[in-house]
Amino acid sequence: MSDKAPILALRGVNKSFGPIDVLHDINIEVRAGEVLCLLGDNGAGKSTLIKLMSGVHQPTSGKIEMDGAVVALPTPRAASEKGIATVHQFGGTFPLMSIGRSFFVGVEPTKGWGPFKVYDRKTANEIAVKAVQDFGITRIDDGDRLVGGLSGGERQSLAIARAVHFGARVLILDEPTAALGVKQAAHVLRIVNEAKRRGLAVIFITHQVMHAMAVGDHFAVLIRGAIAADFKKGERTREEITDLMAGGETMAGLEASIEGYMADHAGHPPPAV
Amino acid sequence: MSDKQETSGSKGRGALSLQSIFRRPDAGAAAGFFVILVFFGYFGAENNFLTALGTSTWLNFASKVGIVAIPVGFLMIAGEMDISIGALIPAGGIVLAMAVNQFGMNFWLACALSLGIAGAIGAINGFLVTRSKVPSLIVTLATLFVVAGLNSYVSKQLAGTTQHSLQDVGPVSEFVLGDYHTLAFGAEGAQIVLFQSLQSSFFIWIAFAVVCFFILHMSPWGNWIIAMGGDQQSARNAGIPTGPLKIVLFVLSAMAAALVGISEAVLANTASTTTQFGMIFNSIICVVVGGVLLTGGFGTVTGIVFGTLTFGIVFQGINFTTFDKDLNLLFIGALLLIAVLMNETFRRMATNWSATKKS
Ligand SMILES: Nc1ncnc2c1ncn2[C@@H]1O[C@H](COP(=O)(O)OP(=O)(O)OP(=O)(O)O)[C@@H](O)[C@H]1O
Ligand SMILES: [Mg+2]
Repeated sequence: MSDKAPILALRGVNKSFGPIDVLHDINIEVRAGEVLCLLGDNGAGKSTLIKLMSGVHQPTSGKIEMDGAVVALPTPRAASEKGIATVHQFGGTFPLMSIGRSFFVGVEPTKGWGPFKVYDRKTANEIAVKAVQDFGITRIDDGDRLVGGLSGGERQSLAIARAVHFGARVLILDEPTAALGVKQAAHVLRIVNEAKRRGLAVIFITHQVMHAMAVGDHFAVLIRGAIAADFKKGERTREEITDLMAGGETMAGLEASIEGYMADHAGHPPPAV
Repeated sequence: MSDKQETSGSKGRGALSLQSIFRRPDAGAAAGFFVILVFFGYFGAENNFLTALGTSTWLNFASKVGIVAIPVGFLMIAGEMDISIGALIPAGGIVLAMAVNQFGMNFWLACALSLGIAGAIGAINGFLVTRSKVPSLIVTLATLFVVAGLNSYVSKQLAGTTQHSLQDVGPVSEFVLGDYHTLAFGAEGAQIVLFQSLQSSFFIWIAFAVVCFFILHMSPWGNWIIAMGGDQQSARNAGIPTGPLKIVLFVLSAMAAALVGISEAVLANTASTTTQFGMIFNSIICVVVGGVLLTGGFGTVTGIVFGTLTFGIVFQGINFTTFDKDLNLLFIGALLLIAVLMNETFRRMATNWSATKKS
């Protein structure tokens, strides 16, 4: 689509856990200001794929490139230092910590000197609240509130705002909308769009085709560990994507067979297997 | 939109909203303490519970548990447990006594040795926990018995006894570590007694609590401890050195236990190898009554201190009342149960806050 060089790319990556081959010959790339949606059924290997990119696992073979150069991501720390931030389903935050404190975990702002450096609560709260509000979450206006008291969507937003604030260039979101209701999910999708507008490369994992279509520029469908389809926005319809995710078996075919069964069995649906 | 106005309108700094109480859960521990104080103050008034001397009875008792309870609380906040303190308390005392008696070591050097050995055992605890990923309860249960065994074995081998005496350690050492202190103003007869027969360990406890308060609530390290207990994986990804930090916390609790042993030995002029199993439970009770979550990720030093004071009153206060002494354990059990239920309610409400607020 664009002629920009990809920020992050996987080239011929394979991953096996002992004898189990989980990923086969994966080639994907993300560019700045682009959302790559990773779709796939349960167990397709989506989480494993992003764990390779966030330094949790190492590829068995193949290369990971950043800005065109091969990189090693031995630890999650190394990945985040290179600007790859991962936000997990529940935001990876600390429920009983205040917004300000959890925002700055590990890099607390301090005031004072020497051994008497104290945590600067006011500054932390101000920066955290501002960062979140800049993402359009105006309801968060008090940095002393506990993270556990935020809604799921707000928590996701906080985690994303945090990643962006600390200079992330690639944002990996593992099913950020899975546990959310319609409104909350819309909220998170807006944040994803905002991150994209700011020039981040976003990798967005989801089961919901609707969510993917709302934000995605580029789509990759994983089936049993291999990329089964790779296409751009507008190249496929929703039905086609859904069918792909179901593993090639078309939804229409499935519906026809169910209807056929019901016609033969006095309107009873087929028994669950 | 209207929602936003409503929240910012009702927010008002310092207003006594439900939310502000959630932010000060140690207020619960403090309130509990005052209720218990009034209760025993009333039923124990005839037996001098509220006099300076009566107060010292439970403060002295509380101070020893308190010194151990704070670092044990830190560990619990970080998601770990340390029960080896039961054997490290006597270890602190006997190492000191043997170093002085058997090896003629300088008293302060012997104290340093005692703390050093305890610290090393704490480091082993921490190392085993962080490396093996075996729950700290099991690891420290093992070291509890190993150290308890070493206490009597080494004692008998080196000194031929499990009961060591520790005489004449000098006025300064006694003053600092193990003596009774009284402060009163005014002439004989019309004295205002500020405190009477308060042990050195009380002052050590308070000083230690102040330092620990600074560490947990004011320095950035406190944030690390809380984050570690809240979500270890996220904490590590945020760059917190969770392994080394945990080892430091185990060292701290082991050294605090040894300090209690040293203080007891100096005060009583004897040190015994008897394992203090009671202290294990007592310290955990103080921490939980103080509002620390058993699951980690939350707790305050003020809470732990109030929890310890409450525990001290309940444990000792019964002797001042006309209640049957056997009820003492029942009271403590009930206290613990109430505290745990309250903590759990707090956790649930705090994390469901937005759900209940939104109409
Ligand atoms: N550490 C591991 N050891 C062995 N097999 C693993 C390991 N991690 C994942 N797998 C296997 O790899 C496959 C893909 O798992 P993965 O978690 O990546 O799927 P997913 O696409 O994220 O699924 P879901 O949609 O359910 O989250 C699964 O069959 C899983 O059992
Ligand atoms: Mg997954």
